[in-house]
Amino acid sequence: MTVQELPGAGASHRSTPPPAWRPRTDAAPLLPDPEPYRVLGTGAADRLDPVLMRRCYAELVRGRRYNAQATALTRQGRLAVYPSTVGQEACEIAAALVLEERDWLFPSYRDTLAAVARGLDPVQALTLLRGDWHTGYDPRELRIAPLSTPLATQLPHAVGLAHAARLRGDDVVALAMVGDGGTSEGDFHEAMNFAAVWQAPVVFLVQNNGFAISVPLAKQSAAPTLAHKAVGYGMPGRLVDGNDVAAMHEVLSEAVRRARAGGGPTLVEAVTYRMEAHTNADDATRYRGDAEVEAWKAHDPVALLERELTARGILDEEGVRVEREAAEEMAAALREAMNADPVLDPMDLFAHVYAEQTGRLREQAALLRAELEAEGE
Amino acid sequence: MTTSTTTPVAAAVPRAKPATMAQALTRAMRDAMAEDPTVHVMGEDVGTLGGVFRITDGLAKEFGEDRCTDTPLAEAGILGAAVGMAMYGLRPVVEMQFDAFAYPAFEQLISHVAKMRNRTRGAMPLPITIRVPYGGGIGGVEHHSDSSEAYYVATPGLTVVTPATVEDAYGLLRASIASDDPVVFLEPKRLYWAKADWSPEAPARVPGIGTALVRRSGASATLITYGPSLPVCLEAAEAAREEGWDLEVVDLRSLVPFDEDTVVESVRRTGRAVVVHESGGFGGPGAEIAARITERCFHHLEAPVLRVTGFDIPYPPPMLEKHHLPGVDRILDTVARLQWEN
Repeated sequence: MTVQELPGAGASHRSTPPPAWRPRTDAAPLLPDPEPYRVLGTGAADRLDPVLMRRCYAELVRGRRYNAQATALTRQGRLAVYPSTVGQEACEIAAALVLEERDWLFPSYRDTLAAVARGLDPVQALTLLRGDWHTGYDPRELRIAPLSTPLATQLPHAVGLAHAARLRGDDVVALAMVGDGGTSEGDFHEAMNFAAVWQAPVVFLVQNNGFAISVPLAKQSAAPTLAHKAVGYGMPGRLVDGNDVAAMHEVLSEAVRRARAGGGPTLVEAVTYRMEAHTNADDATRYRGDAEVEAWKAHDPVALLERELTARGILDEEGVRVEREAAEEMAAALREAMNADPVLDPMDLFAHVYAEQTGRLREQAALLRAELEAEGE
Repeated sequence: MTTSTTTPVAAAVPRAKPATMAQALTRAMRDAMAEDPTVHVMGEDVGTLGGVFRITDGLAKEFGEDRCTDTPLAEAGILGAAVGMAMYGLRPVVEMQFDAFAYPAFEQLISHVAKMRNRTRGAMPLPITIRVPYGGGIGGVEHHSDSSEAYYVATPGLTVVTPATVEDAYGLLRASIASDDPVVFLEPKRLYWAKADWSPEAPARVPGIGTALVRRSGASATLITYGPSLPVCLEAAEAAREEGWDLEVVDLRSLVPFDEDTVVESVRRTGRAVVVHESGGFGGPGAEIAARITERCFHHLEAPVLRVTGFDIPYPPPMLEKHHLPGVDRILDTVARLQWEN
């Protein structure tokens, strides 16, 4: 099977041919707003779409429960590690919901939730963290690239894929996620630059959650905001309240729309906070105080939306109960599936290194097979 | 069907005429691009300029800038973007311009390019060809003459190929572009302008990746080499005749996969082996080859397997490189040491 024959490779979505590749002409302002953009709790909330917001609420509640369940699974030894997104659910959910089916998501290792919200089976999403394989799914099925562990290295992939789609006449957008620490990496710079020069249909979402493991943003970057970094590349930068799912959805949608229409890339900085440690192998009390964490608790993404929707009569107690029950069901199913030991075939070690196994690998596979047979006796 | 007596059959078959390796490489990309619209050439200077070595000359003009693209000067970006392009079904051919300029792209190469097939259980192979002009002997200044093949061969998931002839330059590059796996295609830049009689018909006869070729038959010892050192070994083999040595010369052509059987068959017959390459000896490909020969030919060997390699030093300045590169004399001196006395 050649690459071209693989399902989902260069799928055709040729409604209208996108504009030709051209230098930047978009009039969108490059400089971000001085304050993070907000919708919830402001007059802008008057134009909220009730159906979309109910969907967001359901996903937020489910996401919060998913985080809790995955953390519990780590404590039980079912996951090697889990980088929690408690407090960041609005970023994860918005990233998934703004994409069309034909678009691609390029998540980092922390963005399991975005992949699940896009439709990835919760168990498959945890394969990497459980340790039975590196990626638990075929990236082409839902158009979700493998969760990237090296920082920012998936960003140029998003640029290349979006560029390739454009070259093939498909109006496909790639949305790539990275953390505040990842913006210091060279690959971040190269991806921004390529995307802007090529006017590639890419949206870069930086989740500024305050810390790269233990290093605070002040020691990470001297830029006024991370959104300002966009200016130097010649693309618009937007600063958004990352705990405000309505604001996140609006800003990311606008960026996706512009990308799809040929307006080129956008850098979105979501200002949010990592409520838990980097992973559950980390001790956050060594580098930050309780007061800071408590202050962010008052700005919780789930509570923010719940308050707004309740005040507007879009959500009632019954609605809250329904979503919490659905989330409990998801968690129970996840717990049950994860408590089953995965069945692994050690011979898989050699199966996917090359299209055609080399002589050396055939020898080593034979060695392992003999060892397995000897163990079996 | 009538037979025309006025149309000579020979006219249909392009006759072999002198061509350089550079021309064969250009032709390989051109033919691949003409046959397969998913083949895209990209890199710094590959478009308008046609590459600093002119290997991509004319491709942008013939296929347009979307198919032969001048990228920003950023090797990680070039290779990283190629990963995304391959994920979408294209076949990128990227140029790294010079051996040591490829190093900024190593994280992309090692963490993503080499592993994508494996981490996705075969769901997402990456058909990327990475062209790396490599090796010394052209009087290049620092960072322009490295032999970096040891880094590539140590990375599982990469195929590593290096042609030494005009015919192979065409045939192996076509095979690399057609491969569904990522291939590091090492171009011996000091052979770019070496000419040979070549016709584009010939490549059909060239064996594919993973096959070594006996370039010269001999009975008294085997020289095992590849890329830029092949002509040196052939010259040494001619010179050795005066000393009474009848040397066989094996051209590996691809380092991964390594055609062990051709090497073993030759060494079992000759009983003596010398591995020759430009890169440093410690941890170099020659160490692996010597180990495999020792494992599989121990009872056939009349002498230890010896190596002639570059010194284990950073690549020297151009005025000193002749002392570093394996030359005919050093090879002959080493062959003389194969007259082993217990």
